[in-house]
Amino acid sequence: MNIPENLLYTNEHEWVLLEGDVATIGITDYAQGELGDIVFVDLPQKNSYAKQMQPFGTIEAVKTVSDLYAPLSGEIIDVNASLSEKPELINTDCYKTGWLIKIKVADKSEMQNLLAPADYKAVVG
Amino acid sequence: MPFIANTDDDRRAMLAAIGVKNFDELINNIPASARFKGELNVPLAHSEFEVTEALRRLAGGNVSASTHVSFLGGGAYDHYVPAAVGHLLLRPEFFTAYTPYQPEVAQGTLQVIYEFQSMICELTSMYVANASMYDGGSALAEAMLMAHAATGRKKFVLSNAVHPNYRRILRTYSHGLSLTSVDVDAKAKGVTESAAVTAAIDKETAAVIVQHPNFFGNLESVHELAEIAHRQEALFIVSVDPISLAILEPPGNYGADIVVGEGQCFGGSLNYGGPYLGIFATTEKNIRRMPGRIAGVTVDAQGRRGFALTLQTREQHIRREKATSNICTNQALLATAATIYLSLMGKQGLREVAEHSTRKAHYLAEQLGTVAGCRLAFAEPFFKEFVVRLPRPASLVIAALIEKKILAGINLGQFYPGMNDHMLVAVTEKRTRTEMDSFVATLKSVLA
Repeated sequence: MNIPENLLYTNEHEWVLLEGDVATIGITDYAQGELGDIVFVDLPQKNSYAKQMQPFGTIEAVKTVSDLYAPLSGEIIDVNASLSEKPELINTDCYKTGWLIKIKVADKSEMQNLLAPADYKAVVG
Repeated sequence: MPFIANTDDDRRAMLAAIGVKNFDELINNIPASARFKGELNVPLAHSEFEVTEALRRLAGGNVSASTHVSFLGGGAYDHYVPAAVGHLLLRPEFFTAYTPYQPEVAQGTLQVIYEFQSMICELTSMYVANASMYDGGSALAEAMLMAHAATGRKKFVLSNAVHPNYRRILRTYSHGLSLTSVDVDAKAKGVTESAAVTAAIDKETAAVIVQHPNFFGNLESVHELAEIAHRQEALFIVSVDPISLAILEPPGNYGADIVVGEGQCFGGSLNYGGPYLGIFATTEKNIRRMPGRIAGVTVDAQGRRGFALTLQTREQHIRREKATSNICTNQALLATAATIYLSLMGKQGLREVAEHSTRKAHYLAEQLGTVAGCRLAFAEPFFKEFVVRLPRPASLVIAALIEKKILAGINLGQFYPGMNDHMLVAVTEKRTRTEMDSFVATLKSVLA
């Protein structure tokens, strides 16, 4: 199972890549494997706000739908438009082209609530 | 479910296995104060013959569209149901009240649902229709919940020319979610006025809800109302008379976001008020928020055409409390009846039903307008239903006409304060000129 060392994680299986005050967010390799073939992602509008550990959208696989939880609070400054045509990118490339949203982080102290790679490995191990 | 015998011996064995002496001991933890004592006040046993006779006598007291000439409407209409509808419905292959379990085994049932959805989409010009809901009122309530989910807003602008019973259902559904509605009064002209909707709507409004033709039978300015709703990014929900879609512009053309309706008029009997058939259709954008089931067409492993329930991930058995709705089946038998009815009528037949109903309604309205003391309450264009203002309380006139074997209409005073002398009259293609002329003559004699 792929758990990149440069990312932070949530118990709900989202990953976060922080670059400056912009956080790119997606779901983990473990999550996409558990969900199976992803057929639809319902993402929020740009410029709306995400609140830490509140749902910001849903992800639909053939057999189930799950909520997506925001790892950090802040303004949603970008959503991955290519997922509306190709939701399967989340299955094939969840850490790169399969990203979901970018958030302008409002409060970096929230980072302490996220999991380091080793801790996340313990969650899914 | 199998029949399981339950004899005295069986009961004794069960009581012994539990370790109690008798039934009274089994229930002795129910306080004596909560237990019924004495004899139940029910008649003694009667023979089957006596019971049949008693029920026949009781049923003989019913007044219905088959014993009287009916001008009743208000969401339930006496349209003709071709004999083939009832006959085909009785076929055991179709005889199910709900979507069956393991539905893909019943390919024929799923195909009927698929055809039903396709016909509703054609009639409404909407992108997708579901497999049906319980009735027009609950379909409208589901539309309200869907608009709330789609917009995140809690306020609704609701025309009071929407069926009063439907509005009560909306109130019930609103309660737990703290949804509120602003009622727009349509009594003055018999239509929902755009200015009043513009005044009531704001950025918190999830949807504007109207009925078209409305409860008074009148046509609403749907294009304008849709535009007013969309200007505030609210949805436009319209409850339609499905028969009217054969001659009126389809809701998809005027920007309806959700279309619902009562499908009883499509081959359903009046049934003393139910079961009825809820129709529900929406746009592509809202497909994943739509309640209920959807049958889709697909191919099997060998490439053959087949049918499957689809988008079930929105439903309760998968999404639990986050499901789009708690509706987890459809009104299968009546949706089948509607599909058979529409297939029999075809485009031309349905148009004729709508045209005959409209022309006859306009003939009767004109005739009733000539009765001394009576006049039409509104001057708006109407479909197959209209409101007459009487010189006496409608309840008295209606009661007098029932004595003459005529169901004259609905007393609007029971729904709208101050409208005690208003009567809602509906005319379907079944009403003959003789029946209508006799209605007018009888009304004259009753009022004289």
